[in-house]
Amino acid sequence: MTASSQSLNRRGLSRRQAVAALGLGSVVVTLVPLSAEATPESAKKMLGDLVKAAPKAGKVQIKTQEIAENGNTVPVTISVESPMTDKDYVKEIHVVSDKNPQPGVASFMLTPANGKAEVQFRMRMAETQNVIAVAVMSDGSAWTAAREVKVTIGGCGG
Amino acid sequence: MLSRRDILQASAAAAVLLGSGMRVGAAAATQKINQADLLRFQPVGQVTLLHFTDIHAQLVPLYFREPSVNIGVGEALGLPPHLVGKYLLDQYGIKAGTPEAHALAYPDFVQLAKDYGRLGGVAHMATLIKAIRAERPNNTLLLDGGDTWQGSYTSLATKGADMVKVMEALGVDAMTAHWEFTYGAERVKELAEGMKIPFLCGNVKDNSFGDAVFDAIKMFERGGVKIAVIGQAFPYTPIANPRYMIPDWSFGIEEEKVQEHVEAARAQGAELVVLLSHNGFDVDRKLAARVKGIDVILTGHTHDAIPAPVKVGNTLLIAPGSHGKFLARLDLQVKDKRVTDYRFRLIPVFSDAIAPDPAMAKLVDEVRAPHRAVLDKVYGRADSLLYRRGNFNGTFDDLICQAMIAEREAEIALSPGFRWGATLLPGQDITGDILYSQTAITYPNVYRNQMTGEFLKTVLEDVADNLFNPDPYYQQGGDMVRVGGLAYTIDIAKPIGQRISNMTLLRTGQPIDPAKSYAVAGWASINEGTEGPPIYDLVGKYIATQKTVKIPENRSVKVVGADQRGIAG
Repeated sequence: MTASSQSLNRRGLSRRQAVAALGLGSVVVTLVPLSAEATPESAKKMLGDLVKAAPKAGKVQIKTQEIAENGNTVPVTISVESPMTDKDYVKEIHVVSDKNPQPGVASFMLTPANGKAEVQFRMRMAETQNVIAVAVMSDGSAWTAAREVKVTIGGCGG
Repeated sequence: MLSRRDILQASAAAAVLLGSGMRVGAAAATQKINQADLLRFQPVGQVTLLHFTDIHAQLVPLYFREPSVNIGVGEALGLPPHLVGKYLLDQYGIKAGTPEAHALAYPDFVQLAKDYGRLGGVAHMATLIKAIRAERPNNTLLLDGGDTWQGSYTSLATKGADMVKVMEALGVDAMTAHWEFTYGAERVKELAEGMKIPFLCGNVKDNSFGDAVFDAIKMFERGGVKIAVIGQAFPYTPIANPRYMIPDWSFGIEEEKVQEHVEAARAQGAELVVLLSHNGFDVDRKLAARVKGIDVILTGHTHDAIPAPVKVGNTLLIAPGSHGKFLARLDLQVKDKRVTDYRFRLIPVFSDAIAPDPAMAKLVDEVRAPHRAVLDKVYGRADSLLYRRGNFNGTFDDLICQAMIAEREAEIALSPGFRWGATLLPGQDITGDILYSQTAITYPNVYRNQMTGEFLKTVLEDVADNLFNPDPYYQQGGDMVRVGGLAYTIDIAKPIGQRISNMTLLRTGQPIDPAKSYAVAGWASINEGTEGPPIYDLVGKYIATQKTVKIPENRSVKVVGADQRGIAG
C-alpha cells in the first residue's frame, strides 16, 4: 500500500456470487436460501439445520489461500477421506462462512460414482472469516474442518 | 565529497591498514578486519552453499543500520530474528563494539560505522566468492534469494537489466524473486527467459488453470552430491505489491506444493534438497516443521542477519541479511541422502578490508556511468542519522512523511513499511543514489486523498495484523506503515481491530475523529491509476529546499504489549 479509498470496495457488501463447482458426474450445487447477515452463531445454526449428526473434527481438508489474493474470487478445494465405495462414501458436503452477508456457501451431493470426494469452487469473501465444511458420510456420521481466510487491504510489502 | 573512507575504499586492502593521520580509533578498528580473516573457514564435506538475498540492487558499499525494533509474536516470540541489540549479541556470545557486533546490531551505530566503514558492494562480494570458489572449485553453489532487481536508480532506469548483467557476472547458479515482479509480468518473463540464471518460482501459477509459470526445481551436482534447489517466490506478491502488474499469476505459500516439489526432487535422485525461499523467516520456520525432507532453507524477505543456522527438526535455516552486507557460507557433508555434518559462517562484507574484484568493479562502473548525473546529484546534507529499517518509523521515513505533508499540503502522511533503503550518517550528503535507494519503485506516485478517521484506523489495524498476526502464514507485509502528522498507541498482543488506540492528529493535538475526513498523502499505492508526483522527485525537491535535514527519533508511536527482547535491547 498504502491505502486509498478504492481499497475499501473489497469490503463493500454486495450479494454473494454464485459458486461454480468443478464437480464430477452427478455433483449437485445448491445455493442456500438468503438469511440474515452471517455470524459464527448463524453459521452454526445453518449447519445444525443441514446436518443431523454432531460433526467431529477430522477427515475433511480445506485447501485455500491463507490470505486472499482477490476477495472477489477465492479458490477453495475441499476433500474428504473416503474410499467412495457403495458401502462407504461421502453423501454430502456443506460449506458455510461466518461473516459474509449470508452464511450459506454451497452444498454438494455426492454418490460413489464420483470416485473421489473432492470439490473445488471459488467464493466471494467480504472480509476475513472462517470457511467451515461438514461432510456427511453414508453411515450418517459427520466430519468437519474450518479454515480462516484473511481479506486484507494489502500493500506495504517489505 | 570524497572522504578519507572513500579514498580507503578505492585503494586495496593492503593500503587500509595504516594510513597516516587516520583517527586512532579507526586505525585500530580497521586492523581488526582483513580479507584473510573474513575468508578463514575450515571446510567440511562435499558441498559449499553460498547465499545472499535482498541485495536490493545495491552495487556499491553502503551503511545499513539493523533494526532496533523487531518484535516477535506467537511462536517466534523471544527467538531470532526477534532479538535486537544486546539481546541478539548475548544470544550468540558476540562482544559489543566488535566488527561483527556492528554488522549485526544497531548499538553505537554511528561511531562504529565510522570505525569499520561501509559494508557490501558486489565487487567486494565477488572477491570473496572467487576466493571460495578457488578453494572449493567443484563444490560451490551460489544462490540468490531475490529482491535483487529493485532498489536503485540504475535498476529502475534499466528495468532490472543492470542487475541481471551483474548477477550473471557474479556467477549466480539460481535465484527466486519478489520485487522482480514489480516490473510487470512481461518484463519478468523477458529477463528470466533471456538470462543464464535459472529463475525458480515453484509457487507461481497462472490463475485460470493453475499451470506453473516458471520452473520450480533445478538439479545440480557438486562434490559428487546431487543437489535439488527449489525456488519459492514471495507468497504474497499480488497482495503486498500491485496486482495489476501481474494480473494472471497466483502465488501463495502452497505448503502442499512445496512438499510435492521435495518429493519430485528426491525421486529425481536428489541427495540434498535446498529451498531457496523468499517466504520470510517466520514463515519458513513454520514451514520447516510441516514440510518433510528439506535439508536447508535459504531464507529471505525479512532481511534478518542471523549469525548461526536455526535448526528446525532436521532442517537448517540460513538468514544472511540484506543489501549485500553479508555472504553466508554453509559447508555440508552429505551421506546417504542426509546431512551428517555442517559448518557455517555469516561473512560480513567489510568493504574497506576487501580488495574489490577488478572485473566486477569495472562492470559496476560501466553500469553506473550513464547515470552519474542522477546518482551523484547532491540534494542536501544529513545532520542526523537517517535510516529506515525497523518495525516502526525510521528517521528516513519521517523525512519522507514530512516531505509529503509539506509538498502535498496534507495533514497526515502514510509511507510504506519497506525493509530496504540505505542508512546515512550525520554529515553525509543526500545524493540521488541514496534517495533512490529509499524510493526506487515502479509505482511511485504520491496521492492525496480524503480519508475518514475510521478508515485510517482500519488501515493501521490491517497493516498491524499483517505484521503481528501470531500465525506467520497470515503475515503478509513488510514492517508497519509509517505515519506522519499522526500519533497512536499499538498493543502488539491484541487481535486485529483492537491493537490501535489513542490516534491523535499532531497538528492540533486533538483525537482523530472517526467520522471526520482528513487530507492524507501517501505513496506506493497498489491501486492502478494512482495520480501524483513520483516520490523520489517530491522528496528530492523537499530536501533541496531544506538543505540540511535533522530528524529526531520518532516518539509518536507508543508500543505496548510487546516482547522487550525485540525493542532496543
